[in-house]
Amino acid sequence: MSTRTGGRLHGLTSTGIVGLVLLGAVILGTVLTAIEGRNFFSTGNLRDILTAMSILGFIAIGQTLVVLGGSLDLSVPFVASLTGVVSGGIMAGDTGNVLPGVLAGLGVAAAVGLVNGFVVSVLKVHGFIASLGTGLMISGYLATNYQGNHGSAPSSFRMIGISFIGPLPVSTLIMLGCAAGAVLLLRRTRLGHHLYAVGGDAEVARLSGIRTTIPLLAAHVLCSVLAGCAGLLLLARLSVGNPNVGSQGQYDLMSIAAVVLGGTLLAGGKGNVTGTIAGVAIFAVMDNVMAVMQVDPFLRNVVRGVVIVAAVAVYARREIDRRPARFERPGVLDSALEEAR
Amino acid sequence: MSSPVSTDVAQRVRTLPAHARSPLGRFLAAATTPGGAVFVLAFALLVATVIANPNFGDPGVLIRFLGRTAPIAIAAIGQYYVIVAGEFDLSMGAVIAAQVVIAGNYIGDDTGRNVTGLLLMLALGAGIGLLNGVLTTLLRVPSFIVTLAMMLALLGLVRYLSGGAADAPPNDDFRQIGRGVVEDVPIVEVIPYPLIVLVVLAAAAVWLMRRPFGRTLLAVGDNPAAARTSGARVWWVTTRAFVLSSLAATVSGILLVGYAGVHPTVGEGYEFAAITAVVLGGVVLGGGRGWVLSAVAGAFALELLFTLLTVLEVASTWRDTVQGLIIIVAVAFAARAWTVGRRPSTTAAPPDSPGRTSGPSSTTEPTEGPTTGGI
Repeated sequence: MSTRTGGRLHGLTSTGIVGLVLLGAVILGTVLTAIEGRNFFSTGNLRDILTAMSILGFIAIGQTLVVLGGSLDLSVPFVASLTGVVSGGIMAGDTGNVLPGVLAGLGVAAAVGLVNGFVVSVLKVHGFIASLGTGLMISGYLATNYQGNHGSAPSSFRMIGISFIGPLPVSTLIMLGCAAGAVLLLRRTRLGHHLYAVGGDAEVARLSGIRTTIPLLAAHVLCSVLAGCAGLLLLARLSVGNPNVGSQGQYDLMSIAAVVLGGTLLAGGKGNVTGTIAGVAIFAVMDNVMAVMQVDPFLRNVVRGVVIVAAVAVYARREIDRRPARFERPGVLDSALEEAR
Repeated sequence: MSSPVSTDVAQRVRTLPAHARSPLGRFLAAATTPGGAVFVLAFALLVATVIANPNFGDPGVLIRFLGRTAPIAIAAIGQYYVIVAGEFDLSMGAVIAAQVVIAGNYIGDDTGRNVTGLLLMLALGAGIGLLNGVLTTLLRVPSFIVTLAMMLALLGLVRYLSGGAADAPPNDDFRQIGRGVVEDVPIVEVIPYPLIVLVVLAAAAVWLMRRPFGRTLLAVGDNPAAARTSGARVWWVTTRAFVLSSLAATVSGILLVGYAGVHPTVGEGYEFAAITAVVLGGVVLGGGRGWVLSAVAGAFALELLFTLLTVLEVASTWRDTVQGLIIIVAVAFAARAWTVGRRPSTTAAPPDSPGRTSGPSSTTEPTEGPTTGGI
């Protein structure tokens, strides 16, 4: 009996554990919010949480792809800022310019991703350094050319940030749509499978006949484009392009934390987007509860830090110890084969 | 049976790569490795700066520059231990901020608290490093996440306790550690205390990396599984690297109090600057490769670059861009050079390994092979 329950616990995937942690956070949040005399599940509160998820969600989805490929992207906050000022500048408050603005912003983001991907996969520079470098380059460009806010978003574009379908914010729905796309990409396409292979062991992947540069390049481009989406959303919310909005949000480190919280191995090759979304949700619930409890903003970071380490510690141990399923749980077929012998 | 061994040794001496023969050749070869090239880079930047601003070549000015750069170089030494073990320490800047705020609040005007304050800061630094290390090694949380969380928690705590505002700096006696100088030195006029601290710590680091601890640290960074199998206590070696890193950050903080004010933003960005310096010094992210003095040279190269940009009157906002470009180029170069540098040892391997069938060694095999087997 004990072995069986142990086996069941062991059989729980890391995504399952993240789900449990999220459930725990929601329950704890409900209790704490109730103590404050509020209802956690009120429409307004749920809207707040879902809205808070959207920006970090976009960036974390992209970051998941990059981390799965065994790289990192620290340039995302600067890409988000850059997209915001470029698109805002082109839109200049005119509804007719929304499409060119969006396309130009995402194009710039994709170009940055292409540079990141090229430096990582072709020049063989560690993703940490490559993206730190491109991030610094963009940050210098932003600081030199954009003092203060730049451009403005027309009201039609601002609607994306503030409209709802039922209780659900449109921005979060778009984010979840991107997440679904990323899940499909990873599970159903050759590119996705190759990305896992390259992240697991680039050399083995190469020897198996995979072109290792292409998945990594694609992951970086997608990550930057998603960061660009986050930048566009920030533009819609703020209605102006702010050159510092990305770095103020610490989206680089927080997105990596969300990815790891979601059960993806930092070394690459293992993990999924569902877990990441759960990780982002944990952050959003945590922030929401702390805001309701009026915790000091500086102390919130302390709580965040403790929760990140504690949550990752729960499964980091077994994630590494675990051997492939076929070695630990003999299935019916295996025992039948055993008897036949 | 002993004679083949001796010829084996003799042969290995004979078949050393050509660049390993003369001291000059060895020096030139060393200068083309990433760890050596950073010295060339630093020297070139120094020459460029002196040409752009002849005042900078004055020994007195130069030595003050070296003193100013000491905190970042010390941080780079600390970061080196962690990176060479294959980990990251992102909490460095937060540790510096915490120590600076402690110096301002605990020591303050009371000179009697200088020594206890110093000991408290070092103990706190060691404690933070220990916590980082234990969480990384025993709980197996990736160090990137552990130190990131430590950074968030420490910065949050420091800003909460200080209210995010500047405090009065500690007494001048304490600040002397960071801003004091040895007077009346010939040629260079003065020697700043930070420079002396840096030289002592760098010498200690070189010594430490030659000790069993340093050797094991490199082995752990190169291949933890192999190190564990050969009997190294991997968790304890790695934990000590984290302790050393936090202690280095503490020393940096103590020096920075000397000329920066007491503010929670002191030390901001030091972790990335230290990592940049280390990587510029040819130390490989992922561990197992690199020399500690190259990391120090990396820190100097970085600061010289900034000085050069200032001298050339480049807008300070472009600093980031140039820094980003330089690290990418340097690391891309290093990634090439390490692989190129390793190649000779495999292709020009001692011909007494008949298993190898690569082009160059197969041509030497027929002539050398019988000699080895015959005797």
